[in-house]
Amino acid sequence: MSQHTLIAMLQDRPGVLHRTVTLLRRRGFNITSLAVGRSEVPGISRMTLVVDASDATQVVSQLDRLVEVIGVTDVTTEDAVQRETALAKIVASPSRLAQLVDIVVERGARVLHVGEDEMIVEITDTPERVEHFIAFIRPEGLAELMRTGRLAMMRGRTPTRLEAPAHYRDQADGAPHEEVAA
Amino acid sequence: MRTGAQIMCEALIREGVSVMFGIPGGCIMPFYHAMYEYRSSLRHVLCRHEQGAGHAAEGYARATGQVGVCIGTSGPGATNLVTPIADAWMDGTPLVAITGQVPSTLLGTDAFQETDITGITVPITKHNFLVSDPRELTRVFREAFHIARTGRPGPVLIDITKDAQLARLVPDWDVAMDLPGYHPASRKSAVLPTAIAEAVRLLQEAERPLILAGNGVIQGAATNELRALAEQTGIPVVTTLQGLGAMPHDHPLALGMPGMHGWVHVNKAIQLCDVLLNVGSRFDDRVTGKASSFAPHAKVIHIDIDAAEIGKLVHTDVAIVSDCKPVLEAIASAMPAGSAATRHAWRDSIAAMRDEHLPRQGYTRRERTAPLMPHDVFDAMNAAFRHRTDWRVVTDVGQHQMWAAQLLDWSRPRTHITSGGAGTMGFSLPAAMGAAIADPERTIWVVVGDGGFQMTACELATIAQEGLTNVKVAVINNGYLGMVRQWQQLFEGRRYSGTPLTGPDFAKLADAHGIRGMTVERADDAPAAIAAAWAHNGCVVIDFRVEREANVFPMVPAGRAIGEMMVAE
Repeated sequence: MSQHTLIAMLQDRPGVLHRTVTLLRRRGFNITSLAVGRSEVPGISRMTLVVDASDATQVVSQLDRLVEVIGVTDVTTEDAVQRETALAKIVASPSRLAQLVDIVVERGARVLHVGEDEMIVEITDTPERVEHFIAFIRPEGLAELMRTGRLAMMRGRTPTRLEAPAHYRDQADGAPHEEVAA
Repeated sequence: MRTGAQIMCEALIREGVSVMFGIPGGCIMPFYHAMYEYRSSLRHVLCRHEQGAGHAAEGYARATGQVGVCIGTSGPGATNLVTPIADAWMDGTPLVAITGQVPSTLLGTDAFQETDITGITVPITKHNFLVSDPRELTRVFREAFHIARTGRPGPVLIDITKDAQLARLVPDWDVAMDLPGYHPASRKSAVLPTAIAEAVRLLQEAERPLILAGNGVIQGAATNELRALAEQTGIPVVTTLQGLGAMPHDHPLALGMPGMHGWVHVNKAIQLCDVLLNVGSRFDDRVTGKASSFAPHAKVIHIDIDAAEIGKLVHTDVAIVSDCKPVLEAIASAMPAGSAATRHAWRDSIAAMRDEHLPRQGYTRRERTAPLMPHDVFDAMNAAFRHRTDWRVVTDVGQHQMWAAQLLDWSRPRTHITSGGAGTMGFSLPAAMGAAIADPERTIWVVVGDGGFQMTACELATIAQEGLTNVKVAVINNGYLGMVRQWQQLFEGRRYSGTPLTGPDFAKLADAHGIRGMTVERADDAPAAIAAAWAHNGCVVIDFRVEREANVFPMVPAGRAIGEMMVAE
């Protein structure tokens, strides 16, 4: 078993997430994280999926078989930017909180809220650095953690298999693709 | 203006549908209401259970290659269709299942007869649709039939809310399909000349090549191309359960069926071969046994229309994702002529294994422990079938299914119809009904065990009501769930737990339906019974009361390599 990061492009239809998750469960692939949202083109979603699987080719071809999956690529070994965001609530004494505000900012986090004895910080970084940051704040009184799951995007021009289909792009007013092409 | 239900009927007619199998109910009533006015072009067959309707649609599809259509209402009507949908999914049978759904205002409220059938069928359909907006009907029906019949065929479910069926609108028949993610011959699949060249090189260099032919050959209408390639190259052909009929059984290069109940020489040939050309078979575990020790010396070339089948179970050296027909032609044209004359030693060694093992195997030993043995029935069927081509056989699941696969003389595609992947007992009678309606000129023989027959025997009433005359049922009646009993005998010290089975008098059961019933208890009477059934202008049920504890051999115990075969108790 090893971890694979996949990017998929999907039609934004009811049930598409259900189909994806059902397929992965049924075929015995463990989902580590899943992030999905609208893409630059209306009607199309992008998904970043992190799965444990001995054979990522099977995951890719099984996902590709879903009618609403337009394209899917394993970017684990590709040149891709990977990011994750976490929100963390730290509960500590007011004096320690005051110190922590500076410390977490030094470590690349943003302070979103400071209360009397708790604060909420945000970290957006590579998955590894997010892990390190969480490990650092855990002993400081980590009370609540919320993570987005991994987001990935390949460097360079978008490969054809991860492009929105033409008739969807045409409907999109001023889509970034058209600007790049021009 | 049309109602949604009228649009459904017209969409079906536009897709070439002429027969549908189903049962009405509350949430599908508007569709049935509309169907009445289209009845001259859309024949509806009222089945007795939605499972029967689904299998009938499968039988129709398997006989014709066309999409079968079944209908159920919401809730239990829809869930009763789940088994045939799963069956069609496993065997790649083109099927469109239409279900009614509660009105959209009630969706998600646990309304009367509401079931999330699209949710339930996600893992067993190629795709499914929930339609609550009647404007989607024209597009959805086009997409559903397109998906069901292209690529690796399979089931598609359309769930339509009652209000969408009742709505009135002007249909847009020119609406385009919107399936940007559906690539039936997937983009990876463009047949790469390099892959063909590599396959040709492997086959040319092989000393012990073998072809494994599956359902893809039959679905892809490539039996002539398969035979041509075999004859041109002299490569022997093994046919899976669903590939039976892809090569004539008496062809010198046809070896027979591999796998759990395959012949010893076939499995040994697989274990010895150095190149295995898999044409449209998905390496089911009943074929491979323990996959890690399957064909251990072979380079594997796998032609499959479904990219996801490549490398799923068996390591593949050359993958060709395509319909098999053009690939077989391409390989044949690239292979040098006259190569058939080579590899004598390989063919001779298989022939020697065949001569050594075939006479000692299972029923080929012709042992007799009862006045009527199962093989007596199959011998009589072969004798009756030999000089005719106007028949198909639909088998159920269990011992009789394996005996039929082993012992009947399969010669032509689509003459053997069975539930292979799902192994659905109760499949045969309704599936035969569908095949009989698809093709009134042929006699459809059902070979079924007494266990499976009792699961869907209610469809005898449908057969009677429809006035079918071309379904003839041979019940191989041994008073057990025989395959399970066989395992209990061989591996569990004859603890016959839950397997002894008492049925009704099947001849009387037939009689109660106005269908002719016969009972055969002696081998000598089998040929006459089959002849009489064939001559009778009506359906027939023959209750063959066979030896109760006959076993299917050879047998590879579950989880073992296919070379490790039991040939007797």
